[in-house]
Amino acid sequence: MPQQIFKMTDKGIYIPGADIYIDPWKPVKRSIITHAHSDHAHTGNENYLSHHITKPILKYRLGENINCTSVEYGEAFFINGIKFSLHPAGHIPGSAQIRIEENGNVLVVSGDYKLENDFVSGIFEPVKCNTFISESTFGLPVFKWKNQTEILEEINIWWKNNIDQNKTSVLCGYALGKAQRLLKNIDTGIGKIFAHGAVFNMNEILRNAGVEIPSAEKISSELNKEDYKNALILAPPSVIGNRWLNKFNPYSIGYCSGWMQIRGNKRRQAVDRGFVVSDHADWDQLNKAIKLTGAETIYITHGFTSSYVKWLNENGFDAHELETEFAGEAITDDEEKENISV
Amino acid sequence: MRLFAALLSNLDLTNKTNERIEVILQYFNSATDIDKLWTIYILSGNKIKRQFTSTQLRTWAIELSGLPQWLFEESYQSVGDLSETIALLLPKNNTHSNYTLHEWVQKIEFASKLDEPQRKEFLSNAWNQLDAGERFAFNKLITGGFRIGVSQKTIINAISIFTNISANILAHRITGKWHPTTISFHELIFEDRIHTDISQPYPFFLAYPIENDVAELGEAIEWQTEWKWDGIRGQMIKRKNELFIWSRGEELVTEKFPEFQLIKNILPDGIVLDGEILCYTDNHPLPFQILQTRIGRKNVTSKILKEAPVIFMIYDMMEFNGEDIREKTLSHRRSLLNQLQIHKPLLLSKEIQFDTWGDLTVIRERSRENFSEGIMLKRKSSNYQVGRKKGDWWKWKVDPYSIDAVLVYAQKGHGRRANLYTDYTFAAWNNENKLVVFTKAYSGLTDKEIQEVDAFIRKNTLEKFGPVRTVTPQLVFEIGFEGIALSSRHKSGVALRFPRILRWRKDKKIEEANTLADLKILLDIDK
Repeated sequence: MPQQIFKMTDKGIYIPGADIYIDPWKPVKRSIITHAHSDHAHTGNENYLSHHITKPILKYRLGENINCTSVEYGEAFFINGIKFSLHPAGHIPGSAQIRIEENGNVLVVSGDYKLENDFVSGIFEPVKCNTFISESTFGLPVFKWKNQTEILEEINIWWKNNIDQNKTSVLCGYALGKAQRLLKNIDTGIGKIFAHGAVFNMNEILRNAGVEIPSAEKISSELNKEDYKNALILAPPSVIGNRWLNKFNPYSIGYCSGWMQIRGNKRRQAVDRGFVVSDHADWDQLNKAIKLTGAETIYITHGFTSSYVKWLNENGFDAHELETEFAGEAITDDEEKENISV
Repeated sequence: MRLFAALLSNLDLTNKTNERIEVILQYFNSATDIDKLWTIYILSGNKIKRQFTSTQLRTWAIELSGLPQWLFEESYQSVGDLSETIALLLPKNNTHSNYTLHEWVQKIEFASKLDEPQRKEFLSNAWNQLDAGERFAFNKLITGGFRIGVSQKTIINAISIFTNISANILAHRITGKWHPTTISFHELIFEDRIHTDISQPYPFFLAYPIENDVAELGEAIEWQTEWKWDGIRGQMIKRKNELFIWSRGEELVTEKFPEFQLIKNILPDGIVLDGEILCYTDNHPLPFQILQTRIGRKNVTSKILKEAPVIFMIYDMMEFNGEDIREKTLSHRRSLLNQLQIHKPLLLSKEIQFDTWGDLTVIRERSRENFSEGIMLKRKSSNYQVGRKKGDWWKWKVDPYSIDAVLVYAQKGHGRRANLYTDYTFAAWNNENKLVVFTKAYSGLTDKEIQEVDAFIRKNTLEKFGPVRTVTPQLVFEIGFEGIALSSRHKSGVALRFPRILRWRKDKKIEEANTLADLKILLDIDK
């Protein structure tokens, strides 16, 4: 049995051979960040390393003066003789799986990922390894996504119906990742698209980093009700139930999340429509991804951890639970804490 | 099934009453009369006869899904609804049928003639011809569990717009016992059945809790006040020398209360009384639990008749001499009641005499001594209305009992709270300084608080027993309840009535929570 490349500590996933942490949740000296969502990218580390696209987001969210190095996908670098490289995870723009090779033994820390191409997040690359660390946010067989075209068509139809009823459409999803994915794939011919400040700022950062996304005008106090008529507003979920929405009256509000697959979750949210759009792998994708890595040992972090581990073990994998502080896709909005008065 | 499934999912899309009415109207506009009839029947809370057990559904769904049983159960835990879980876990259908709602109902009912392997085949075939949304609707049909949150009022208002018949008339027409196989949509909606269906009850008039100071109700003299009793609201009907008892849940419960047949000969014919069914001895009502236990029993034995005898406490009268008198004033209806010969097991709800609102406030404080849960206020000039209406009937309950308790177990909720820990079990201190579980309580927290407690539970789980987690005793909640009774079934020795969380006592440490001894003091008051 080859020696374990990583060790779990109270700060996060640690690579002793290189003295570096991956997505640590307490301040450390050196860190590699899989992607810039707040449960993976914490403040206070002396050094950050990430993909090129993630770097400006980290600077925006954690402070302009953080010490951050960035690399391209597939570009190998060595720390203490251990070989590292980043590979597309398909989760959000800049998201990466971290491949770590020590003495011919390969570990992949996948962060969060999905297999479907969403045209903004890069295409998930199966990376052969001995040990694979995976999430399981949607690790139950009730979670099976329709393909993106089909869901986006539902959203397009909803938008058109709202126009027929003289309502503004407010579409909610994480400001980082989901909002750009929606913007990229929605039918921009239907009407004008506006962005909440948090979404607008993220669009700017990603566009500057080379991600191609259509433009969306920023919501501002200079615009009046007439301007928003028939329009689609992209906003973070934190606006749900907030007075900020009043200026769009009458409006219909939609919420994009994998949790919307379950009727109960849909009804829990004070929204008119729930769309099943997730940036995480569904049940089939998780199983497929794990199979493609060829890994003999699997560690499962956040999500339906214990049942998914049991499932893997029953299917011939050597799978274990890994206790982390990652949150995955929150049912409600823990992720985005932007100032919504923007 | 496509239309019916779309109706259900469209109803799910909105929680605004007007939009829901619009959705039902859309359905009425495209569905056939017979399907409309079935839909009204089902949305009104009626069920079609159950042909499949949950175990059969589970077993066959698990087999078709190819998943291990434990994973199916885990999924069910997370989804919180069996019909939905099955709809999500079955493989995609590869054909599609165009049978509509009533055709499926016929087929389901035909299953009673099938043996087990044939039933299994029927169900597998059915699932294979329905898409996910239709499967959900179909599963709800065969399990009889429609809780889609459409009130009777909404359905009636939709039919009212559709047919141009007033909602009050419709409410009466669709109340009571009818079945889609013996009546047509036209007969149900456009004709009065009172002459053909002698058991037909009236819709109940229900009170709202009083919101403001009672003094704002105007002159005390304009109001009739009575004690509010905690039993089962019921309707007693005698027509053509037959006696019927309906519960508020629109269930015919005549058989459950053979005592009432004794007064059949005393009551005049053509009469409908509104009242409360109560277990009653020695001139006072017994705790609700006793009535509840009695109802739960399959057979009414002589032992039950002796230990838990019931009475019917009359509140009001809706029909007299075969004539609907709901449009008459309460004073008038009351004067008719006063002329009635009343013998046990009938009792007339007494009017409370009082001169000023101040007096009534003092009287209300004595509710519990009178075995009552508060006071009812009814405007003397009011007619007998339909459903829950503000203005003429108010309930003024005494404040609930309350006790501070410690959260010790948690379980995930069902339905809309299936992913959150929302079902809590609470403990109080015994005299050996140990926490003893004494009640469960659900609602009462805001969504935000629920999320906070959920996060606490996830971080402070001591052990997992199946779906239940034991939690580090740290959080204190104020639990409110309406009554308390001795119970041999509970470790604590007491059972609470309507326990619910009043608020989260973030200011209290667990040492400050109440004791079982405190609870037992309440037991003496609440007799």
